[in-house]
Amino acid sequence: MVLFANFVLIPGLAYGAQLGLGALGVTLIFGILRFANFAHGELMAFGAMATILATWFLQAQGIGIAPLPTALLALPFGILATIAMALATDRTVYRFYRRKRVMPVILTIISAGVMFVTNGLVRFIIGPDNQNFADGDRFVVRVRDFKQATGLNEGLAIKMSQVLTVGIAVLVVVALFWFLQKTRSGKAMRAYSDNEDLALLSGIDPDRVVMIAWVITAAIATIAGVLYGLDKSFKPFIYMQLLLPIFAAAIVGGIGQPVGAILGGFVIAFSELSITYAYKKFLTYLAPEGWAPEGLVQLLSTDYKFAVSFIILVAVLLVRPTGIIRGKVL
Amino acid sequence: MTRNGYYYFAAMAALLLAVGFGQSWNVAFGILNLCLISAVMALGVNIQWGYAGLFNVGTMGFAALGGLTVVLISMPPVAEAWAAGGLGLGLAVLCIGATVGAIALVRRLVPPGRRRLWATIATVVVGFILIRSVYDPAVERIEAINPAHTGYLGGLGLPVVVSWLVGGVVAAGAAWLIGKITLGLRSDYLAIATLGISEIIIAILKYEEWLSRGVKNVSGLPRPVPYEVDLISADWFSAFANWFGGDPGSTASIVVKISYAILFLTVLAIIMWLSERALHSPWGRMMRAIRDNRDAASAMGKDVTRRHLQVFVLGCAVCGIAGAMLTTMDGQLTPGSYIPLRFTFLVWVMVILGGSGNNWGAVLGGFVIWFLWIEAEPLGNWLMRMITLYMEDGSWLKQHLIASAAYSRLILMGGILLVVMRFAPGGLIPEK
Repeated sequence: MVLFANFVLIPGLAYGAQLGLGALGVTLIFGILRFANFAHGELMAFGAMATILATWFLQAQGIGIAPLPTALLALPFGILATIAMALATDRTVYRFYRRKRVMPVILTIISAGVMFVTNGLVRFIIGPDNQNFADGDRFVVRVRDFKQATGLNEGLAIKMSQVLTVGIAVLVVVALFWFLQKTRSGKAMRAYSDNEDLALLSGIDPDRVVMIAWVITAAIATIAGVLYGLDKSFKPFIYMQLLLPIFAAAIVGGIGQPVGAILGGFVIAFSELSITYAYKKFLTYLAPEGWAPEGLVQLLSTDYKFAVSFIILVAVLLVRPTGIIRGKVL
Repeated sequence: MTRNGYYYFAAMAALLLAVGFGQSWNVAFGILNLCLISAVMALGVNIQWGYAGLFNVGTMGFAALGGLTVVLISMPPVAEAWAAGGLGLGLAVLCIGATVGAIALVRRLVPPGRRRLWATIATVVVGFILIRSVYDPAVERIEAINPAHTGYLGGLGLPVVVSWLVGGVVAAGAAWLIGKITLGLRSDYLAIATLGISEIIIAILKYEEWLSRGVKNVSGLPRPVPYEVDLISADWFSAFANWFGGDPGSTASIVVKISYAILFLTVLAIIMWLSERALHSPWGRMMRAIRDNRDAASAMGKDVTRRHLQVFVLGCAVCGIAGAMLTTMDGQLTPGSYIPLRFTFLVWVMVILGGSGNNWGAVLGGFVIWFLWIEAEPLGNWLMRMITLYMEDGSWLKQHLIASAAYSRLILMGGILLVVMRFAPGGLIPEK
């Protein structure tokens, strides 16, 4: 049980929250602007980069909020910078095509171009190396303390970054839902996403809706990027690799549905972890003596971890394309 | 081809000549070879996008399949590995077939509902356990045979040029399977699905060592052209090199590159001729009609899905041939070198810049973008040095700028894509 919690449940929760936040951004853009934003991973990278720069500045000044990482304090600055970047991109690149009402696939190609440019920009500004910017306490529950407290053989560790990830993700989701359900702008966005023409007829300002969508997406992307960078470390190209699991999460949960994005994030994260987890120790505990399995007893080898989310994505696209929570029909 | 097109090709030739005189002929011919391969890949993508409007972001996977075929066709078979694990693998394939058949049977016999779902899941689970119990030991035995040198099954030992054709066929087969499943999706979903599938293909190449030696790479692939060492040691060659005015080493290398260039040019010419014939035929007109107005074409009785599948298969076959040529020229299969950026997105920029829907445009785009991609780094370095000439050495900004010249390639490619799509969506050589 503890094994399961330590190696599958807790990492799965953290990873699922990170994917879910990323998928939220993708699903918002898909719902409002109606195209698959390939540049979302790079937006997360940009947000993380801006926050790292602000963190370094704060750390140099000696400001900190131990035991929490300083990055949290720097987060607002990162968010502001990313919002500016997203709005600038929309104004210079996407708006032209929106006015022309091009096919969604053209916008996707354009977003691939934006992805290139943002990737180059991030590497240009911060360099291609690993950046470890987490400070503050590393663990909330240590393996040793857990073993002493419960007397079990297996240890359990909860990292600070994991607690933060899940906690902040919950806050963000709650805030977003409150915004979408309770405020007028949120209702306008939902109406625009549901039926564009009818919404325009009702007098909703499309430019304002788009602007709010980008602002929210940029903020969520920054938070997701920073949380991922705190949990693992920051490498500029890792966010491009995250793009496919994030798309998988958004589509599995139901494109255009925020609840679906979060759900999808957890589905993908837990599938990845449980399919590639080595059940050997687990079975050794459960099975009678002498029945220890020979190999690692993995369903698929660890190398296929990324492939799992792609397989799930393709399977969902074929079997149930609207996703778990019925999203947009293809 | 438009009159501007001739000018563009002439300018491209001039650029390559400039590289030859300015940097070295070795570099120039090396770039030419990769330009030719990129042109073939761009042709493949253009067949899908320009003829039928299919957004296939999975060209990397099909190029990798082409490379795998080179290994599977031209490397000598490893007899002990076949003896050790061949039977087990064959059994595993049978088990896979049996499981698929069982699933199909279950879904047909049991009436739809909860019971069918559980029956399907049970069949999948049982089948999976069965397959793994046969597959894993066989793979272990194969990989245990001399892992430093082989550790895999080897190939058929046929001539290399055959593998190019077969590479196309293998890629076409995979494309048929994938297209059957995914072509019903809308364009941006198709993009995501094909991207995912190509990642799965690359993952299989990287981790199934019994097939492709995985990350240990397969080197020493047979060549269709002579080896440089053989040339240098041949008697007549030193005389030839002297007459040419160069040393035997670099002349040998240039001769080898020119031989490759001739081979690739032949392949490109054949594919180009076939594509142009197809484009200007009734079939080509029908494809463009489907692309431009799917519903009208469907109303006139054209089977849209089948035509899309045809085009998908053809385009991916061409990409497979290009991948096979690339692996042959490299001399080794490196699964780790297949990154989406270099293969998929770069080829898309080629097609868009050159002119989507126009074969000559795709070829031109292949040449121009590959040339820019290679020359951007030295050019960027040179540019940065010029800009920072007046800064003091050791200043953080100067070091940072010079070190970052490498990423200017990415920004350049993205910038080209955005600018072309905005201001000249037809590309350099537009469709009509």
